[in-house]
Amino acid sequence: MYEVDARGLSCPQPLMMTNDALKTQTGAIKVLVSEPHQKTNVEKFAKDKGKKVTVNEIGSEYEIIIE
Amino acid sequence: MNLSSSKKTLTLAGLLCGVIAVLLASNGNPANMAICIACFIRDTAGALGMHQAAVVQYARPEIIGIVLGSFIIAVATKEYRSTAGSSPMIRFVLGVIIMIGSLVFLGCPLRMVIRMSAGDLNAYVALVGFILGIVAGIVALKKGFSLGRSYETTKAAGAVLPVLALGLLLVLLFVPSLLKFSESGPGSLRAPIALALVGAIIFGALAQKSRMCFAGGIRDVILMKNFDLLCVVGGLFVVMLIYNIANGSFVLGFDTPGIVAHSDHLWNLLGMFAVGFAATLAGGCPLRQLVLAGQGSSDAAVTVLGMFVGAALCHNLGLASSGTAKNAETGELVLGAASQNGKIAVIICIVALVVIAVAGIKRKKA
Repeated sequence: MYEVDARGLSCPQPLMMTNDALKTQTGAIKVLVSEPHQKTNVEKFAKDKGKKVTVNEIGSEYEIIIE
Repeated sequence: MNLSSSKKTLTLAGLLCGVIAVLLASNGNPANMAICIACFIRDTAGALGMHQAAVVQYARPEIIGIVLGSFIIAVATKEYRSTAGSSPMIRFVLGVIIMIGSLVFLGCPLRMVIRMSAGDLNAYVALVGFILGIVAGIVALKKGFSLGRSYETTKAAGAVLPVLALGLLLVLLFVPSLLKFSESGPGSLRAPIALALVGAIIFGALAQKSRMCFAGGIRDVILMKNFDLLCVVGGLFVVMLIYNIANGSFVLGFDTPGIVAHSDHLWNLLGMFAVGFAATLAGGCPLRQLVLAGQGSSDAAVTVLGMFVGAALCHNLGLASSGTAKNAETGELVLGAASQNGKIAVIICIVALVVIAVAGIKRKKA
């Protein structure tokens, strides 16, 4: 699965990277973020685009699967 | 309740923040500052003796409260995360620039919106500059600008700024003789400490939950066609507008005495251009930096320190602009203006921003 590692990056980079990946990739993508607000932003962004979103909490970080 | 979940709750958060701003303005704070981050960091820097401008010295409970409010809500909702390591010295410089740009315009983006709600056309000129600055920042971001990753660090490190804020509050309450207090001017206009503190704690908590950001609001519209963050700002604007119209303080025009503003259009525009540009590179406006610092970001805390140093520089080197005012004796209108030093400083800031933006552009992976 295509992976976007946006951990530790400032706004709006996680969203920009997710947007780029959604444009260029056809299958599901995995987005890694570390901040709760980034998780919410990416999750909402993908849902607004009509995608199915699953969030897993891994330690103190988040893995967001968008398909 | 997840405040960031829908436009309705985001607008509600903005409306509540607007009510707090109105309460502070109607209970003693300078009316068109209400809860201006740049003005109040400047006042707090003055209280600590970092500059000697006697009219703007007061350890504002609003700044303390916003940091504490964000800290408390972040801990309570498990969003506190101690992080550091994303180009701290560049962030420091961005903080200095944000403050210089703000004090040449005479207000941070939050005060710009408050001034807009009072009909001050200078704030609309500044808004154009602010938007252009954000666009410049977006161009850099699209070309791959990044300040790099932050990493999790010792839990205590992220709590340093909140603890310093608490310490300053205790000094203000119990040993005020350590601090400087303005006897006249904007620094002498104060809402009661309890109201300012409680209001700011709620404001900080709402800002943390809603991700309120004045630069982010405009940035997201341009970049993503996303109006979420702009809803928060809109909510605050509407409440302040209603308040200003209701109490007769809405005056459409330039050169309105009593607002602490000037009509040097080019410098209002360029000052806020620098703020918009710097805030976009730093990932948030002055308010957002305080909130991020409260929820554990040492990088944002360094940006806040940069803003304190920037405020000190502004008054020690005569960079801050003067506001239009009525001469108390003659009743004559004395026009405010940007200072020569302030103009030079803004130019230096913009050059520095271009250098930072270009230096921070990383080649994207092929």
